[in-house]
Amino acid sequence: MNIIVCIKQVIDPEAPPASFKIDTASNSVVPPPGMPPVISPFDENAVEAALRIKDAQGGKITAISLGINLQRDVVKKPLSMGADELILLEDEAFVGGDSWSTAYALAMAIKKIGDYDLILCGRQAADWDAGQVGSGIAEILGLPSVTLAKKIDSANGKARVERVTDDGYEVIDVSLPALITVSNEIGQPRYPTIKGIMAAKSKQPIIWKPTDIGVDPSQVGAAGRRTEMLKLFQPVREGKCEIVEGESPEEAAVNLALKLREAKIL
Amino acid sequence: MAEYKGVMVYGEVSETKLAGITTELLGCGRKLADDLGQELYAVLVGSDISSLAQEAITFGADKVCVIDDPLLKDYQTDSYVSVIEKVVKQVMPQILLLGQTSIGRDLAPRLAFRLETAASMGCVMLDIDPKSKLLLQTKPVYGGNAQATFVSKSCPQIATVRAKAMSPLEPDASRQGEIVTIKAELEPSAIRTKVLEKVPEEVVGIKLEDAEVVVAGGRGIGSAEGFQQLEELAKMLKGAVGASRPPCDNGWVPDSLQVGLTGKIVTPDLYIAVALSGSSQHMSGCSGSKNIIAINKDPEANIFKEARFGIVGDWKKTLPAFAEKVKELLAG
Repeated sequence: MNIIVCIKQVIDPEAPPASFKIDTASNSVVPPPGMPPVISPFDENAVEAALRIKDAQGGKITAISLGINLQRDVVKKPLSMGADELILLEDEAFVGGDSWSTAYALAMAIKKIGDYDLILCGRQAADWDAGQVGSGIAEILGLPSVTLAKKIDSANGKARVERVTDDGYEVIDVSLPALITVSNEIGQPRYPTIKGIMAAKSKQPIIWKPTDIGVDPSQVGAAGRRTEMLKLFQPVREGKCEIVEGESPEEAAVNLALKLREAKIL
Repeated sequence: MAEYKGVMVYGEVSETKLAGITTELLGCGRKLADDLGQELYAVLVGSDISSLAQEAITFGADKVCVIDDPLLKDYQTDSYVSVIEKVVKQVMPQILLLGQTSIGRDLAPRLAFRLETAASMGCVMLDIDPKSKLLLQTKPVYGGNAQATFVSKSCPQIATVRAKAMSPLEPDASRQGEIVTIKAELEPSAIRTKVLEKVPEEVVGIKLEDAEVVVAGGRGIGSAEGFQQLEELAKMLKGAVGASRPPCDNGWVPDSLQVGLTGKIVTPDLYIAVALSGSSQHMSGCSGSKNIIAINKDPEANIFKEARFGIVGDWKKTLPAFAEKVKELLAG
């Protein structure tokens, strides 16, 4: 079973909201100082899903990422978790893309890899929260897709997927090769082992430029966008919290209940 | 671009009526269509759904395209993308709206790539730019820490809309509209997935999305047992229990209780957030609540920026006393 997992390096979404800053001049987010980037959490769930399949039936996992200034200790995390290979589409030309141009570049890279049974992506990235790249790759490559997986099993050229729906889940069979996007319900990603970290250290990622995957720089990154971002802003919060106090925590709690009654909320 | 005209809403069906999100989309679509001076189309896809076309008209549609076929009984990516692609190519709408639901999240991107256009996912605001007449698509990004406004010049301009972000129109039974039936003409072999089973979540008591009171817990609750206390308070207030992501990921509560960007969206009168920091991604599921009350031991927690009232203190000490007093007040 050959599995490809797409991963994205993002600003740590666990950074405290107070540290979130926008540079209005460039319409971009200022990385919080002292917080290194991370793999987008749903992508780590996708890596975990791939590893579980590999644990059960063996196979090879190739992680692939796209961007510029990809920090090696960040993007190598799938390797330290147990993936076999890392490919980086790392070039100035890949920067500033939208779902369209990113999916296109990844699809072309996957085409070049060629030998795969399953492509996994996180359900959406923690920065733009779009959740389009997975379906986009599937469409470009002409593959069936199932999104929002919480469980994936595979046997006999098929995958059986439990897909999260608004009111529960559904069980879907899909023929392979296929693309599946993974949701956090799949379970916590494993921690890298010391052995894994050591192995990852000695592995060098394969770097591909636009010409390596046969694309023109004008089709990828910012040049290949189909959408334009007009504005990036932080919505104003007018909220002002009244802290209810008391001699003891218990008294504060009683006062809160009284306050809610007074404000006719209760 | 000139040849693309009109606003189209893909209308999800729930059991035997239009889904709530569909009426919200029709309300929003009606306004956009009026701003453009164009018609509003609804597309209904499924099996045995033709009778709902009239309902779409009462909620604002001028024309309803119905694709009714036994092969469309379950939502499946291949079949639904294919029939909606067909309708779009026939009608050529300038704008296509879908719900940010488990269907819309799957359908919209794949359809956008098929039609070689672009989509914005999870919009909370949609407007027509008075000058360019393009659709301004505003959506939360960075887990709700920020919002961004996008435009796309390729047609149809596709956007999915979050639940409860738009208001439906009052249904008007006297509204007139046209119903068009379109044949699915699906090739069964082109559907590469098979839905084996649908497993509905177990709802005990009131459904989270419909509850007027939500008692939500975060990482600080620490265990499944802790959530039982929240449940008791919720029961007393005739409400439902919700959670941020960590309690779900830790298995203290079912995943279906997750409120947030990737979970449920709730807009109750009262949202009691207990031991919950109030991350942006959680707040984007509950910030529409009328009153948010925070109980947290960390005075710096983000939740206090969102709450109307709060107490700083350990929930283990404060919640029982709060619940006791609430019980007394409700009884008296």
